[in-house]
Amino acid sequence: MKRYVVRRLLMAIPLLAAVSFICFMFINLIPSNPAEVALRVQQMPVITEEAVARMEEMLGLNKPFLVRYFDWLAGCLKGDFGISYVNPARTVAGELARCLPATLQLAAASFAIVAVLSVPIGFLCAVYKDGWFDRIMRGVIFISTAMPAYWVGLLLMWGMGVKLRILPTNGSGTWRHLILPAFTVSLSYISTYIRLIRNNMLENMKQDYVLYANVRGLPQRAILVRHILKNSMHTCIVAMGMSIPQLIAGTIVVENVFSWPGLGTLCISSIFNRDYPVIQTYVLLIGVLFVVFNLLFDILQTVSDPRLRREE
Amino acid sequence: MTPVFEAKELKVSVTGRRGERELVKGVSFSVEPGRCLGILGESGSGKSMSMKGAMGLLDRSFRVSGRVSLQGEELLTKSPEELRRMRGGKVGMVLQNPMTCFDPLYRIGNQIGETFAAHQGWSRAEIRSRSLEMLERMKIRNPEEVLEKYPHQLSGGMLQRIMIGIAMAMKPALLIADEPTTALDAITQLEILNEFIRIKEENTAVIFISHDLNAVSLAADEIVVFHQGMIVDRGDFRHILHRAKDPYTRLLAEKRTAVMRSYRRALEGKETIYA
Ligand SMILES: Nc1ncnc2c1ncn2[C@@H]1O[C@H](COP(=O)(O)OP(=O)(O)O)[C@@H](O)[C@H]1O
Ligand SMILES: [Mg+2]
Repeated sequence: MKRYVVRRLLMAIPLLAAVSFICFMFINLIPSNPAEVALRVQQMPVITEEAVARMEEMLGLNKPFLVRYFDWLAGCLKGDFGISYVNPARTVAGELARCLPATLQLAAASFAIVAVLSVPIGFLCAVYKDGWFDRIMRGVIFISTAMPAYWVGLLLMWGMGVKLRILPTNGSGTWRHLILPAFTVSLSYISTYIRLIRNNMLENMKQDYVLYANVRGLPQRAILVRHILKNSMHTCIVAMGMSIPQLIAGTIVVENVFSWPGLGTLCISSIFNRDYPVIQTYVLLIGVLFVVFNLLFDILQTVSDPRLRREE
Repeated sequence: MTPVFEAKELKVSVTGRRGERELVKGVSFSVEPGRCLGILGESGSGKSMSMKGAMGLLDRSFRVSGRVSLQGEELLTKSPEELRRMRGGKVGMVLQNPMTCFDPLYRIGNQIGETFAAHQGWSRAEIRSRSLEMLERMKIRNPEEVLEKYPHQLSGGMLQRIMIGIAMAMKPALLIADEPTTALDAITQLEILNEFIRIKEENTAVIFISHDLNAVSLAADEIVVFHQGMIVDRGDFRHILHRAKDPYTRLLAEKRTAVMRSYRRALEGKETIYA
């Protein structure tokens, strides 16, 4: 077991290296000259050849591509992600650290809503398959998968905020500010997981172990919860875990709709300002999160499955 | 002697997309205490369906009609909860694929224990001691260790024994075995068959379902032959073997000679191993 975990951790290293390289390469493929952009962003009145050259020198842009990559990587490993073009007084790390808590809060609230709603609803849909509840939920799922998140967000803002005036439509601070954006983010995930859990449970119900549980005369509730739900959740675990980085990345649109002061808002404003170091680090962060969560939940699934777990 | 279990004109039909289809078309049979009824028939002939229908193991898309009685009590009119308490209690059942019948996520001891807890108000300590006692009775070595094992860590024959043990632990009046030997190798099959013969001698009624005339012949006192949801022949083994009227039954009987040969070979193999 320990060896498996160590092997998985070691295997993650080349993956992370690849993620960082691709991320660095893409940002460097952007046609405009970063030095010029940096000068323009800093509102240099006249951009002269010498100023560009000096800036290139300062940013290390005159070095070969691979050297720059390794310089940058070494910096990243030390927690130094460079300096924001827009505001040279601020480090990229500082900017991200400032915005990260708000995004994590939003992602955590969304994940909580997803888990609290989709597990029981998916469970009930499977238990009362083709009953009225299942039919209604199937309709809701169908409609909600067809609606884009930002549109639902705007609709909620208009309904709850403007018309009914019961919830604030932008900003942050109290839990009431959190409700609309968190709900908007979670909406598409809720339908995905209701469907996943429902279908997984129906698939499990056909298994021999369920027939045998009935043969042994176990109470229906024990069969549904202890056996069928547990087995279904077990298969859903990796998908659920992978949705956490997706949630973090997915807040980007919703944060902007609700002016939520998180990473998504930072990223969009950095894109408008061509603040490349910030964009680069944001993309890297999301990539790393995907790798890390994938690893984490893969290990978790292995540890929790007696068939995969090797007794030591 | 009054039968423990009796089915009269038992019918099972399923409603699918293309309307209603009759899977079991009115079968009647019964079994008395200490006797073993063999249900013989090729795969798909409705053997499992008739037992599942009788014991309330089918979902709402199936319709079961006719009359089924256990110790004089009518089963088809019972509530799901009454039927549940009967299953695993008065009626023990053993299924075909021991490897897939246990929940892969729970230890064997846990699954034995939950079955006992569903039928008796025993304490944890009592459940444990009864579980150990059951495993010992089923001649399972290192019972303490086996309780801690997960299903995938045990062999098919061992799990089949545990299934029989679970069924017999509640001292059922009827034991239904649905193809209990089909998934096992020849030597283990024989051991399991001997187990059923022993159970029969303890005065439990046994219904032994199989598509294998040979296995049925070793355990059963009386045989009914299923074909496409109907009973086409009935009688003792000698009758089935020599005087069967139905062409399908005769085909089964003829196949037996070939099967018997392979059995003998397996037995000889076993003797050389132990020699
Ligand atoms: N869930 C089901 N829905 C509809 N038909 C079924 C279902 N399960 C089995 N059948 C059909 O019922 C018939 C009898 O099956 P079964 O009783 O399992 O046969 P066996 O004699 O091998 O035990 C078969 O023709 C099979 O196709
Ligand atoms: Mg069958």
